Amino acid sequence: MRQRMVVVEGSYAVAYAVKVCRPNVISAYPITPQTHIVEDLSQFVADGEMNCEYMNVESEFSAISALIGASASGARTYSSTTSQGLALMHEALFNAAGMRLPIVMTVVNRALSAPINIWNDQQDSISQRDTGWIQLYAEDVQESADMVPQIYKLSEDEDVLLPSMSCMDGFILSHVYEPVILLEQDLTDEFLPSYDPEFILDPKNPMSFGAFADPSTYTEFRYKQEKAMETALIKIEEIANEFSDRFGRYYGGLIDSYALDDAEIVIMAMGSVIGTIKDTIDILRSEGESVGLLKIRSFRPFPADAIRKALNKAKVIITIDKNISLGKNEGALCTEVKACLYNSDNRVPVIGFMMGHGGRDIPVNMIIKIINKAKLVEKGIFIESEFADLREDLA
Amino acid sequence: MSLLKPGHRGCAGCCDALAGKFVLDALGEDCIVVSPTGCLEVFTTPYPESAWGVPWIHSLFENAAAVASGVEAAFKALGKKNNTKIIAIGGDGATLDIGLQAISGAFERGHDITYICVDNEAYMNTGVQRSGATPLYASTTTSPAGKVSFGNPLHKKNMPAIIAAHGSPYVATASVSYAPDMMKKVKKAAEIKGPTYVHVHAPCCTGWKFDGSKTIEVGKLAVETALWPMYEMENGVVTNVRKLKNRKPVEEYLKIQGRFKHLFAMEGGTGEIKKIQAIADWNVKHFGLE
Repeated sequence: MRQRMVVVEGSYAVAYAVKVCRPNVISAYPITPQTHIVEDLSQFVADGEMNCEYMNVESEFSAISALIGASASGARTYSSTTSQGLALMHEALFNAAGMRLPIVMTVVNRALSAPINIWNDQQDSISQRDTGWIQLYAEDVQESADMVPQIYKLSEDEDVLLPSMSCMDGFILSHVYEPVILLEQDLTDEFLPSYDPEFILDPKNPMSFGAFADPSTYTEFRYKQEKAMETALIKIEEIANEFSDRFGRYYGGLIDSYALDDAEIVIMAMGSVIGTIKDTIDILRSEGESVGLLKIRSFRPFPADAIRKALNKAKVIITIDKNISLGKNEGALCTEVKACLYNSDNRVPVIGFMMGHGGRDIPVNMIIKIINKAKLVEKGIFIESEFADLREDLA
Repeated sequence: MSLLKPGHRGCAGCCDALAGKFVLDALGEDCIVVSPTGCLEVFTTPYPESAWGVPWIHSLFENAAAVASGVEAAFKALGKKNNTKIIAIGGDGATLDIGLQAISGAFERGHDITYICVDNEAYMNTGVQRSGATPLYASTTTSPAGKVSFGNPLHKKNMPAIIAAHGSPYVATASVSYAPDMMKKVKKAAEIKGPTYVHVHAPCCTGWKFDGSKTIEVGKLAVETALWPMYEMENGVVTNVRKLKNRKPVEEYLKIQGRFKHLFAMEGGTGEIKKIQAIADWNVKHFGLE
């Protein structure tokens, strides 16, 4: 085994992964906690280690807009942003997806203002749910890095051609130093072919991009985007398996599981909290509790079938959301999981817990607390959804 | 045949269609055109049709300069830049208002692009609403003349000066009514390396309320009254000015347009016209038009 483990910051591991994917154009605007990724990329460019155009643009809106132009010109493109920056991109996210441009972006998840808060939750990317971007969520630094070539391969697949967000929790993953294997250039080149799109801006073969569609044609554009998302459901699994074959690392495709098969209490979550949940499960399993994890790796496309098939013995499902749909008192994962079970034979009670907002830590005892609450379902006490980590003195 | 093909949905007498045609006539096939949202974008590309004989991309209203800069970066990165001209053609709203930040960023970064503003002095695509390019006292649907209003109370934003302040190597004003001059300036702008800018005055028969057969005539009167000075700036310095031999009073330009007719009907209107004449007089002095 020639793979060598090094201790680096999460942002460096991701930047290194981007480097070996050989993007032609990078366009970004600095925003905490995304900055270290783009700083590392800038340094690679300054040191001549990357052969690409790095654009220091004047806003996130221009960052994504420049990539729309670059991607339509046949370039492999990359950006990274978070929170307010992602919100500023909102309009252009729909546009990139509708034009079927396979732009890849790392979203370093962070809370949204007001009150202004630079720490982690997932409200930013969750709020972009319906923009037509694929969204995968990484559990740790290694997965955050390994996700980069995977989503390039996915986005650029000619049967997909959708932009993708690779989501990693701000600070918790972006600023942590962990032992990781940096992606090897030769292995990545074998895994990820160069980008050679069929439709590009080319004076030798002029085409029009971004035409005006009236009611007689618009619907079919939307339908085809949805069909591409359905294709992505299959490709995400295939690509995760191919990555595993070549690199020896696997984090699940659409979902992953931990102690799930016989679990009566199933926790569903996304992102870095997965590690804490696994530790909690180890503790509780040693005490004889029947607890398991279903990790959501792909939030868009949403893996409804995979979730239904994975729930064998579940009697209650707990969802953890670092986001909230205000006025619904639920996080997005809770709503989605309920929706995917409602018309199935397996209508297990789903209890939603919102926690970890604005960077509030989620320790093991918090996971134990919500598991104990969920157990009350057996006695008929039903909690629909609630904030699990409120401070009594401030609430 | 022009590279902007016939059959598009532009109004008879449309200034945008003229501008688009002149740009492509000047540049030929080896160019990429980026359009922000606007009349030109909408009437040339009703899917599945397109009037564009060159590669063309429309993304959003406010990002044409950023998209163009991304196209340029990609062409450079992919080693395809050669002589291909990368051109953005935007309306006045997309340029002076909502797209200004992206333009500023693109010009600061120094991309080899040419931005052409086709200025018909209001948001025509959405129904003649006021923009930052709407001249003093023009009546628009959001700055209408009324019992206590002479129309748009604000002065037109000086966009060429803003661009020149970015250190652009070439800034020019032009008019669709002077086609050879406009094409010469567009070609020159595209051939000069770096971010260049041509601001084209473009009378809109629908929005300005004149007969579609008079587009060229109205544009000429704007120049002949000195309300639209035509000049070139190289590296921030005015290097060429179109001189006026027999300057006309601004009334001759105003009276043939419905958007200014209230000035001739309302009490005190003729007094206000003096303020418009003062703008022309300032142009004459500032640019040495006589």
